This record gives sequence, C-alpha cells and structure tokens, in this order.
Amino acid sequence: MRLILSLLATLVFALPAAAKEMHPHGPEGGWKHKGVFGSYDRGALQRGLLVYKQVCAACHALNLVAYRNLAMLGYSEDEIKTIAAEKRVKDGPNDQGEMFDRPARPSDPFVAPFANDQAARVANGGALPPDLSLIIKARHGGENYVYSLLTGFGETPPADMKILPGMNYNPYFPGGQIAMPPPLAADDLVSYSDGTKATKEQMAKDVVQFLAWAAEPHMEQRKRIGIRVMLFLLVLTGVFYAAKRQLWRDVH
Amino acid sequence: MSSKHVTSFKGITGWIDQRLPIFTLMQNEYGSFPTPRNFNYLWNFGAISLFMLLLMIGSGVVLAMHYTADTHLSFNSVERLMRDVNYGWLLRYMHMNGASMFFLAVYIHLFRGMYYGSYKEPRELLWILGVLILFLMIATAFMGYVLPWGQMSFWAATVITNLMSAIPLVGDPIVTWLWGGFSVDNPTLTRFYALHYLLPFVIFGVVFLHIAALHVCGSNNPLGIEPKSEKDTLPFHPYYTMKDTFGLCVFLMLYAVFIFWMPNALGHPDNSIPANPMMTPPHIVPEWYFLPFYAILRSFTIDIGIPFTHIVLISSKLGGVILMVTSIAVGFVLPWLDTSPVRSARFRPLYRIFFWVFVADSILLGYLGSQPPEGIYVIISQIAMAYYFAHFFLVIPLLSKYEKPLPVPKSIHEAIGSGA
Repeated sequence: MRLILSLLATLVFALPAAAKEMHPHGPEGGWKHKGVFGSYDRGALQRGLLVYKQVCAACHALNLVAYRNLAMLGYSEDEIKTIAAEKRVKDGPNDQGEMFDRPARPSDPFVAPFANDQAARVANGGALPPDLSLIIKARHGGENYVYSLLTGFGETPPADMKILPGMNYNPYFPGGQIAMPPPLAADDLVSYSDGTKATKEQMAKDVVQFLAWAAEPHMEQRKRIGIRVMLFLLVLTGVFYAAKRQLWRDVH
Repeated sequence: MSSKHVTSFKGITGWIDQRLPIFTLMQNEYGSFPTPRNFNYLWNFGAISLFMLLLMIGSGVVLAMHYTADTHLSFNSVERLMRDVNYGWLLRYMHMNGASMFFLAVYIHLFRGMYYGSYKEPRELLWILGVLILFLMIATAFMGYVLPWGQMSFWAATVITNLMSAIPLVGDPIVTWLWGGFSVDNPTLTRFYALHYLLPFVIFGVVFLHIAALHVCGSNNPLGIEPKSEKDTLPFHPYYTMKDTFGLCVFLMLYAVFIFWMPNALGHPDNSIPANPMMTPPHIVPEWYFLPFYAILRSFTIDIGIPFTHIVLISSKLGGVILMVTSIAVGFVLPWLDTSPVRSARFRPLYRIFFWVFVADSILLGYLGSQPPEGIYVIISQIAMAYYFAHFFLVIPLLSKYEKPLPVPKSIHEAIGSGA
C-alpha cells in the first residue's frame, strides 16, 4: 500500500512538466504587512486565527507557534488561556508514573491534529498535510501563492489532464493536482465576531495574513529596528564622509 | 635593558611596548604605514571583507550557543532561536545575509585585483593566499548552509559530497568516509558543524598571512606603479582609516536593507522545509555566490573514453568536478599566465575590454547556474565555460605577448598632478 502511495506521489510530482501552472496573485489591494513600513493588521490576524482553528487545523499542524505567542495578536492572558484550554494534550509521567490528559496551557505549542505523520497520512488518503508554521516562507510566491491556492479551486481542468482518484484540480499547485479538497469551498464557513463578511476570498486573505505572522512573528520589530539602524547609518555615513572630505582637502 | 627595541611610547603603554612591541607594530603597520595616495573606492573591499569575517565569527559564536547539531533537532533549534531567543532573528539574519555580503565584498576585491594586476610580481604570494582564502570560504559557507537541516541543506550536502565519488577507484570509499556512513546523516551533520566552527579561524590565520604579505610589499594602486617617494604615499591612519570607515558605512547600509527588509530574498524557500531524505526538491540550486561554479560543474556532459571501447577514462561527473576546481585554482597560476610588465588595465587597452567580457561571462555563468540544465541552457553553459577558461589560458597569455600597453606615468604624484 505504501509503495503504491509513494509511486502515486512520484507520479504527481513528475507531472509539472506536462501541466501549465498559473502565476500566483494576491488579493485586491495587496498585503498590508508588506512594504517598508508595513505592519500586521491585528483584526485580520484574529480572523485568520479563527479560520485556522475552525478549518485548517482539522488537518494541518502549527508546531512552531505556541498559544502564548497569541499575545502578539492582541489577546489578553485570560483569552489565551481559554483558547489553549479548548484543546487537550498528553502530559506526564506524573508521580504515579502515568501519562495523563490535561487542557493545553499557554506555554504549549498549538496542539496538532494527528499524533504523528503516519496517522495524518492514513486520515488523508496517503497525503501528508504539511505543518503550516513556515508555509509562507517555504513556498515560492509566499503569501500570493497560498492565497491563490486557497482560492484557485473549482476551475475545470484542461481536457488533456486526467485527475487521479482522490485528487483535486488546482492550477496553482505544481502539477495541477492536489490531495487537499477545497478547504474554503463556501462562504460563511466561520462567523467573524467583528462583523466582517466571511466570503471565500476574505477567509483566504485573513488566514494567509495569520500564517505570514506565524512564519515571521518578529517582522514588525525587525522593520522597526531596521528603520532606526538605517537612520543611524545614514547619519554616521554623513559624519564620516564630511570628516573624510575635511581630512583629504589638502591631498587632492 | 639590553633589548635593541626602544619604545617611543610613555607610561603603561611604554612599559608594555618595551617588553612586547605590539603598539609599535600597530603604529608601523596601521598608523604611519605608507600607502599609495591614489586609491579609489575599490580599495575599500579588503577592509570590508575583514570586517565581514569578524562579524561572521562574532555572530556565529552566539548562534552556536543556541544551535543543536542533530538531524532531529537542528531545524527546530534554529526556529527556536528565531522565535524565542531575544534578537535571535537578528543574529541569524545577520549571519545568513552576512555570508552573501562577505562573498560580495570578496568578489569585488578579487575582480579589483584582476583589473589592476595586483597579482603580479612582487605580490604573487599575497594573491595566492587570497585564492586559498576563497577556497576556505567556499568550504565554510557550504558547510554552514547544511547546518539548519532544511531541504536545500540536505540535498546540497548530498549533491556536493557525491561529487567525490567521481574520483576513480577510491571515490566511493571517500564518500562513505566523508559521510561517516552510507548516506548524508547525523554523523555528516555533526562533522560539518565542527568544521564550520573551525574553518573561520583557519581563514583568520590565512588572512593574517595575507595582510602580513601585503605589508611587506605594500599595496598596489590604480596606476599599477610602485610609489617612489614620500610624495606618492600617505600614512594609513588617518587617511585610509577614515576612507575605509566611510566606505564600510555605505556597505553596511546595503547589508541592513537585506537584514531588515528582505532577509530571505537571497535564500531558497525549500530551506524552510525540514530535510526529507525521501523527497528530492524539483530543482537543487546552491546559494547565488556558488552559481557560476555550479554552472561550470554541470557544463561537462560527455564521458571521455577510449574510442570504440566502453572504457571511460573521464566520466562527465569527474570532468565537471575537475573543471569546477580548476576554475578557482587557476588563480594560483594567474601570476605566471599574465606576463605583461604593465599591471593596471588603465594602460592595457585590450586587456581592459577582455576583463569586462570576463566579468560578463562570470555573471552569465551565474545566471545559467540558476537555470535547469536542459535544452539551450546546456549549450550556452558550455560556451560560457569554454570562454571562462579561454580567458585564462588563451586571452591572457596572448595579450601579454601581443598587446601594446600605453605609456605608464613616471610616478603617482606626477600622474595625479597632470590629472591622469
């Protein structure tokens, strides 16, 4: 069985030469967090977290993010405790030498949907849903690619492409065939508490921003420090240039 | 005291200097050291390279405190550093992009040496030490790239170590020995880590010799003529310390743009996927600074053997490896390939043109190295590779013989005075 699956996977990976891939694109208006001064939109991050929890988390882990990190999204300590406690984790051994279940704590990483990769494959027809912690950094095209992939289902495959059983057509996926069924197939899969209409595009846009944060949680701090460093270097360069000019005045 | 050395320093400094003349040494080598007065800004890149080496060692030592060399833990230990260690992301992005900036500075330094003939007598050994530094840098950078144990780390390690298998007869045992097993695995990772920590200090040692050799014969300069009197030189400090610091600041601004706004632009997305020996990435490409050599490696596509038999003397793989190593090692003999008595390309009208053709060819090879080895790219790679070697083994010797150099000025201060 495993052999057949891996052969199938090889076949799927070998297909790109045959299929035309579409160029990934972003949502209308682009990404707020891009650009020299761009910062994450807290509202979008919170909505994206909801999409992740209620849709993606059924199959995809987020191993590198801990619940405590949600403080960066604007949640209070108590809110984070509540979010974490929605899931249970195995802990132990206790002083009786036994493993036990307990609610997740803020210090725990996001609880994965499957106990291990094998369990994940069995539940997903042999395909392994990748961990999403770094997905934005781990794909050519980053945010645009994931957004296009999420909204790129539902088109008719080209006549010469045979969609394999259990696969779905998506022109943005290398090879055009992806094991993941359309995750955001309908509007209003989640209900946003801030009144935003949960269209397919809106959910995709929000979850991509959430995943961008998950991949680069320190981006805002990075740009903030970067601006200070650049200003400092500009002044320093100016000072040294002036000093150099003054010093070399008689030499030239 | 019977020592011949009499210090000119006073107080505690004098007391130390009398017994260990480090202050006199610094004064002679970096203070009053006579330096040609006509450097242009290309002469900044030696100092910039040294700065980058020290910065890489400094940031690397701290990174090593947070890194775990274990195939199961490496990837996550790097991510933990990025997420949970204070300013860990800054350290890592400085180190990652620092490698690129180090190579950028060294490549400019190297091409400057080629343009102004800095490798010529009496600076042959100085140049050879430089080529040796480049080899050590390549090894160090390659092993450093493997440490985060992402997909590209693993597959780069696999591809590059496998090159050794091209060596006739003993190739396979050598590869097994390098790996410490029968595939790239934990023993490979731990030894790469040990060597990645060691080699920068070896580089530092060779850089010391490189600078020591420089201070014996003094720097070359854009005119390529030796300074003849005090009118041709300036004390290194404050003139060049100030000029180098200004140049370094400009360079640091470029570096900062990468660190703070596009830290992953020079990397590859696949290295954000943990290494998976069961899944080969569609295209395995090295970092940008290795691309020209990678293109040369792949350009050799035929097996050379005895005609009408199946005996292969040089497999295409071995041929590629030989070419790739030669493409760098040719630097060792460059001082003897170029026998033109004139150093600077300013006075070599033909060499100047061929120099820029060579630069363009190297950049073209870099582009080709990033493309899949199929179709038209293979043929263009072969032409570009052939030209790369023709530049060293045909163009340079022929130019040395037949080129008519322009008249060289008598002295540096005269040339500056006349506005040349």
